[in-house]
Amino acid sequence: MKTTKNYKNIALTAVIAGALSVSSMAVAKDLRIVSWGGAYQNAQSIGIFQPAGKAMDITINEDTYGGISDVKLMVKSGADKFDIFSSGSGSCASGGAEGVLEKLDYSVIDVSNHLPGMFSDYCAGADIFSVVAAWNTETYGENGPRSWADFYDTDKFPGTRAMRSKVDGQLETALLADGVAIADVYTVLDSEEGITRALDKIRSIKDHIDVWWTSGAMHAQLMKDGEVDMTTGWNGRFDVAKKDGAKVSYDYKTGIMDWEGYGIPKGIANKDLAMEFINEMMKPEYMAEFAKYITYGPTNAQTYELGLIPDELAKALPSHPDNAKHQLTISQDWYAKWRTVAAEMYTEMMTE
Amino acid sequence: MTSTQRINQEGINKTELDQLDRKERYTLFGLTVPYLALVFGLIIIPIGWLFYMSFIGRDETLSLENYQRIWNSKAYLRIFKTTFQISLLTTLFCVLFGYPLTYFMSQLSNRWANICMIGVLIPFWTSLLVRTYAWLVLLQKKGLINTLAVDWGLWAEPIKFVHNTSGTLIGMVHIMLPFLILPLYANMRTIDKDCLKAAANLGATPTRAFWTVFFPLSLPGLFAGLLIVFVLCLGFYVTPALLGGGKVIMVAMKISDNIELYYSWGAASALGVVLLGVTMIILFIASKLVSIDQLGNRS
Repeated sequence: MKTTKNYKNIALTAVIAGALSVSSMAVAKDLRIVSWGGAYQNAQSIGIFQPAGKAMDITINEDTYGGISDVKLMVKSGADKFDIFSSGSGSCASGGAEGVLEKLDYSVIDVSNHLPGMFSDYCAGADIFSVVAAWNTETYGENGPRSWADFYDTDKFPGTRAMRSKVDGQLETALLADGVAIADVYTVLDSEEGITRALDKIRSIKDHIDVWWTSGAMHAQLMKDGEVDMTTGWNGRFDVAKKDGAKVSYDYKTGIMDWEGYGIPKGIANKDLAMEFINEMMKPEYMAEFAKYITYGPTNAQTYELGLIPDELAKALPSHPDNAKHQLTISQDWYAKWRTVAAEMYTEMMTE
Repeated sequence: MTSTQRINQEGINKTELDQLDRKERYTLFGLTVPYLALVFGLIIIPIGWLFYMSFIGRDETLSLENYQRIWNSKAYLRIFKTTFQISLLTTLFCVLFGYPLTYFMSQLSNRWANICMIGVLIPFWTSLLVRTYAWLVLLQKKGLINTLAVDWGLWAEPIKFVHNTSGTLIGMVHIMLPFLILPLYANMRTIDKDCLKAAANLGATPTRAFWTVFFPLSLPGLFAGLLIVFVLCLGFYVTPALLGGGKVIMVAMKISDNIELYYSWGAASALGVVLLGVTMIILFIASKLVSIDQLGNRS
């Protein structure tokens, strides 16, 4: 009888000790963040994640992920694998519409100095990037495609091209090349006929498209290796490739602007801490530091106002007024409404 | 009198034998239970679950929309066509390259055969991703092969080896070869060389002896190998994704695409179910054309 009681005591002690160690782990705070890898996450890590973690005394564990579908699958299967994800505005909006994201609490996260439209219910914008037409300077010198019409003109610019294997940010280029004004792009695209018009434009140069790229790292590599003469892609990746010796250039006149931000999967245990951490990441000094490693502009207007970014760098960023004035801004609403339909039509065009 | 006795005796023996027989069968069945449970738990149930999920629409109710989408879109048909085309071609090339190599290896002394085997196994043990990227580095426009060939004047313009069907095939054949060679080699090593000597003794030329004696005896190994290759090819993802340059879209890639596009398992499951179904039909027809049992008996 006594021995049983002893055992019970030992068991109880073990349980309490276990519980204590679990709670002490929770006290030593840590957060798991996922992003896109490559030069982009490298800049986020050095410029934002690690210094912000240090400032809040949180250990930041980083990983890469496959996009908003990973968030959805994680939430639906009840797993708890990461606390914060980095995502494009459109994917974030669709994740929010699917009900797998926590609504951000903007009384905790300070976006009062954000540029207009650079945050949404489910994602707080952190950087602004552009889809541009990049060209190989070995092939074209400085006279590369400076408009989407040039990109689609295979007589004026003979050579091989690459485009994205997914629809995002591609149809817009076709319509701009087809002479649609920036203000009308999403009006024209707002029907299957409009999408078909864009796809037909892409079909007209399909024989010249050598590669359909799947990631930013890939299109950077394509330019670095001289595998294609021009490609659509994200401006920052090309700048990093250029620093590494790639013969690549681009013009913001082909820019299509979009923003990337941070969101929280629904139902995670660390929600409150994640919210506080996102607030920390919105501070201008991190955005300025981040821009040093990849040319993506800050969403927090204070970053410019406080003069945290040197002039020369500021002029190279997509969101600089001189660059932004030429550019179409991605419409989240259009993607929420049409993305699935357009994506299937795009795949059909690719497999023809 | 004697005959009835015998019948009685046989009768007694018969029941005893039957009992022993039954006992043996139960024991054997008992021994296979863990495996059967494993198959049931890890294969039958998940496939059933996959099947069920494929009928769940976007609004989480039962619906046929996932199948309707596949049926109505030309893209899906083309993707299935590409998948089977690439798988068949890969299997064909694996046989063309793999059979002579394995035959050669099977004729070597053990020592040399083992050295050759290491040559087969080392790439087999190397990560698939690494090998695929290695092909990219070798074959791209400004890759090692094109640069050297253009420098040496073998061809004037760089040849487009990768980011297309040929690149996908090169990569997949390289990765799949060991899957053909290993079962085929195991089979060829068991073929009695005396059979060939006997054929020669009866006046067959080496070519004749090979085709009428050795080749038929090697068919079970060949068939096992090409079946493994073909089925593995059907689900291939990494190599076509990296070496196909977006021009080779296989079912596995579309499955992952659909998860991302529809945020639901259903749209992806339906593709899996159709692939499974079509594959089973093809294997069924193949097994009717080439009787697997017969092949097995011949060895």
